[in-house]
Amino acid sequence: MNLVRVRDVSKIFANGVQALEGASLDIEAGEFLSVLGPSGCGKSTLLRLVAGLETPSAGAIEWPSGRSSGRPDLGFVFQEPTLMPWATALGNVVLPLKLRGVTRSEREARAVEALGHVGLAGFEKSYPRELSGGMKMRVSIARALVTAPKLLLMDEPFAALDEITRRRLNTDLLELWQRTRFTAVFVTHSVFESVFLSQRIAVMSARPARVLSELAVPAAYPRTEAFGTSAEYAALCRTTSARLAEAMEKTSC
Amino acid sequence: MLALWEAVVRVAAIPPYILPGPILVAKTLVTDWPTLAPALLVTLDVTLQALLAAVVVGVALAVLFSLSRWIELSLFPYAIILQVTPIVAIAPLIIAWVDDVRVSLLICAWLVAFFPILSNTVLGLRSVDRNLLDLFQLYGAGRWRTLVDLRLPAALPYFLGGLRISGGLALIGAVVAEFVAGSGGRESGLAWRILESGYQLKIPRMFAALVLISAAGIAIYLVLSWLSHLLLRRWHESALGGEG
Repeated sequence: MNLVRVRDVSKIFANGVQALEGASLDIEAGEFLSVLGPSGCGKSTLLRLVAGLETPSAGAIEWPSGRSSGRPDLGFVFQEPTLMPWATALGNVVLPLKLRGVTRSEREARAVEALGHVGLAGFEKSYPRELSGGMKMRVSIARALVTAPKLLLMDEPFAALDEITRRRLNTDLLELWQRTRFTAVFVTHSVFESVFLSQRIAVMSARPARVLSELAVPAAYPRTEAFGTSAEYAALCRTTSARLAEAMEKTSC
Repeated sequence: MLALWEAVVRVAAIPPYILPGPILVAKTLVTDWPTLAPALLVTLDVTLQALLAAVVVGVALAVLFSLSRWIELSLFPYAIILQVTPIVAIAPLIIAWVDDVRVSLLICAWLVAFFPILSNTVLGLRSVDRNLLDLFQLYGAGRWRTLVDLRLPAALPYFLGGLRISGGLALIGAVVAEFVAGSGGRESGLAWRILESGYQLKIPRMFAALVLISAAGIAIYLVLSWLSHLLLRRWHESALGGEG
C-alpha cells in the first residue's frame, strides 16, 4: 500500500531556480527508501515538499490512507542536528509533544523512552554543547521519533559525521526501524549508505531533478557490519553506482 | 596611578581647587557622604527606572516588529531619529514640556537607553535557525508558541548584550539630563552636586561626585554582566570561557 504518492511534482522557487521537474515517486508504507542523487540536485526539496514545508508549483502529493486534510504524523531529521541550544536533550525531545499539547508528565516519559531507544539513556539533562556530533544527531532522531510517526524523513542526516560514527548510526538506525517499523525516507548522496540501509533506492538526476530510476536492494535484514563487507553488498553498490552514473550522464550538472 | 597622581599634586603644590589629590578626594567622599549619598540614590533611582522602562518598551517594540514587517517599517525610522538626536539638544525641550522634573529626567535617560535594547532584540528575534523554524511549522506551532519557545530564547543573548550597553547609557542619560535641568533642592542627583560644587569652588567634592558616578556605572555593568552570565552559562558560547 502506498503511504505517499508524489505525482509529476515540479518546484520553481521565487528566485527562478527550478529544483524539481516532473518528479514522481511512490512511497510504500513500512519500507526503507533511499533517495540518491548528487548534492544540491533537489533531493532536499522533494523531502520538504513531502513534509509540507514547501508547496509544489505543479503536480500533487497524495496521501491515500491519510486524513483528507493535513498529513499523518511525520518526523523530520535535518542535515544538522538542529537542536535548541538553550534546552537539554530532554527539553529538545519533548518539543514536538509540547507543541501538540501533550501533558507534561506524559511527554517527559515518552521523551525519556525515545532517548533510551537511540542509546542516550542517562543524557537527559545534558545540553547540546556537552554532546558530541553523533550524540546530537541521536537526540535529533529521538525528537523525530518521539511522536511515533508513520513516516520518518531524513535529509542527509549523517553527512557531516565522521565515518566511524556514521556506520554506528547507520546500524542503529536500521535496528530502530526494524523494531518500530516506521516508513523511512532517507536522502543521501552516498551510494554505500543507500545500499546498506534501504530496501529500495530512487535515483535522481541533477537539477532540475526527476526520479530517473528505482532499484530494489534484495538483501535480507538484519544487516550488520558483516553485510557491509560481503560480496553481495559490493555487487549491489556497483549496480547502484552505474545507475547513478547513467543519471548523471542524462543531465548536465 | 593613584600614587603618581598624589605625588604630582604634592610635588608641584597644585592647590586643591585646581586638582585635588586622591587622598583628599577620598576624605571628601567620607565627610560629604551625608550630602552625596542621597544624591547618588536619586541618580541611581532615575537610572534604574529608565533602564526598566527601556527594557519593557524595547522588548515590546522588538516583539511587535518581529510579528509585523509593516509596523517595523513604519516605526523603526522614529526609533532611529530618537537615537541619533543628541540628548543634550532635546533635553531642554523635554524639560520645558514636562512639568515634573523627575519625569523629564526619566524620559531623557530612557531615550538614550532604549535603542540598543530594541535593535539588539530585533536582531536576536530574527537570528533564529531556519531549520528550527521549519520544525516548529512542521508540528503546527502558531506564531505565539514560536515566539515564546523559539524566538525569545534565541534572542536572549542579543538582548543581554544590548542591556549591558543600555545600563551605562541610562546612567549617562540621567546625568546629562540633570545637568541640563540644573534642578536644585532636596531631590537633586549627583550631576547637580557637581554643578553646585563647581559654583562653590568645592573641587574635591566635585571629584568625589565624579568618582561616585563612575563607580555606579561600573557597578551597573558588573551586575548586568553577572546576570548575563547566570542566564547563559549553561548553553551560550559567550558564557563558556574559563570553566573546567
